[in-house]
Amino acid sequence: MRDILAAEPDSSVAFLAGGTTVLDLMKLEVIRPERVIDLNALRGEYGHIRWDGVSLRLGAFARMAEVAAHPDVLAHYPVIAQSLSLAASAQLRNMASLGGNVLQRTRCAYFRDTSWSACNKRVPGSGCAALEGANRSHAVLGTSDHCIATYPGDFAQALLALDASVNVAGPRGSRRLPFASLHRRPGTIPHLETNLLSGEIITEFVVPSGAWTRRSLYLKIRDRQSYEFAVASAAVAVDLDGDVVRNARIALGGVATVPWRALEAEAALRGRPLTAEVARTAARAAFADATPQSHNAFKVELGQSTLVRALLQAASMEFQP
Amino acid sequence: MTLRVNGSTHAVELDARTTLLDALREHIGLTGSKKGCDHGQCGACTVLIDGSRELSCLTLAVSSQQREVTTIEGLARPDGDLHPMQQAFIDHDAFQCGYCTPGQILSAIGCVSEGHADTPAGIREYMSGNICRCAAYPNIVAAVMQARDQMAGG
Repeated sequence: MRDILAAEPDSSVAFLAGGTTVLDLMKLEVIRPERVIDLNALRGEYGHIRWDGVSLRLGAFARMAEVAAHPDVLAHYPVIAQSLSLAASAQLRNMASLGGNVLQRTRCAYFRDTSWSACNKRVPGSGCAALEGANRSHAVLGTSDHCIATYPGDFAQALLALDASVNVAGPRGSRRLPFASLHRRPGTIPHLETNLLSGEIITEFVVPSGAWTRRSLYLKIRDRQSYEFAVASAAVAVDLDGDVVRNARIALGGVATVPWRALEAEAALRGRPLTAEVARTAARAAFADATPQSHNAFKVELGQSTLVRALLQAASMEFQP
Repeated sequence: MTLRVNGSTHAVELDARTTLLDALREHIGLTGSKKGCDHGQCGACTVLIDGSRELSCLTLAVSSQQREVTTIEGLARPDGDLHPMQQAFIDHDAFQCGYCTPGQILSAIGCVSEGHADTPAGIREYMSGNICRCAAYPNIVAAVMQARDQMAGG
């Protein structure tokens, strides 16, 4: 398995972990790899869930369900447990790896259906059918004239809000990068979705703890109650001094092209009492630069309401100090 | 390649791209596992792999070697006695057309063994990966609750 990571792969290779994205997209012919390399032999080495009181280390081959049910994750990082257990179905959570989860591809129908010729993600330079198409589910933050596809995941928002980092391994060795720099906004080259180098795989996530990690949660708003992608979601982690916000961490899902850190909203909360009014001000700041399309303007208001509710819910969380 | 299904070993010659579902249905002759969407969205192909409920349509057969696969055909005892979950689905009339039923039953067994069948709401949440076009959901929930108590009893 070490040899696989050392080999210089060509672009026609797909790495397989849980298979829930790769096999789906192969059947759709959205991706057409010439070779598929099953990486699951690495599960023994990178399947761990380890909490040492300072940080949480999650092997990239751990499955969503086992992490969501882990007592240390539930106790110390509720936002991580919730982001995983509110995603997909029980079967998919038993199969899907954490590394594959954060790399899952958009659900944009124009990306997934190859009968549409215009998709800059699937066929670079071909255009974007969603701009003039049915774009109710598309992004309002981080979009470009070349792509408005929504990042579909949930777990990534928890990692982003908690300032996690990612360990990767590849032909040129191992390195660590902040989770915040893993995903790329579409810009002019939407087919490049991450800053992973050719042949690199994610081996581990490292999530620091802070006074805010226990007062954290993931709120996911969907078109149906279960087994559905987010229309809007918020990962929040808050450290309070009485009612006053010492520190707030916020990431938004369902509304952006990448996992979206809402730094403006965090700044609007710091040093203020966490009231409904202050939460609403913060939520407005988060969406100040939103650029709605023809069918998804509702996401600006829904995204704000989602964040307000998440913040107020976090403020009311009770636990033993 | 060699697959372990319902306690038996099957040597099969397969294209490397063959899914576990197609291997079961087209090559081993176990057609109980159903192909609904073939994209991991409907749950009809659910099987147990090493005791964990997973989707055979998004699993490569070649990746399933050295793992123990259980399908609907492997649930009844050799003497013909049905698994408590199979009996519960009959007792509660938990299906109409029956197409999703093998996947529902395997998924329900997983749901109980994971400890996610405590309440009707919990069962609905943790069974949401199995779609029933006939909408037999209330009866499915009732069946899972009956079998849960029997499975706990041994």
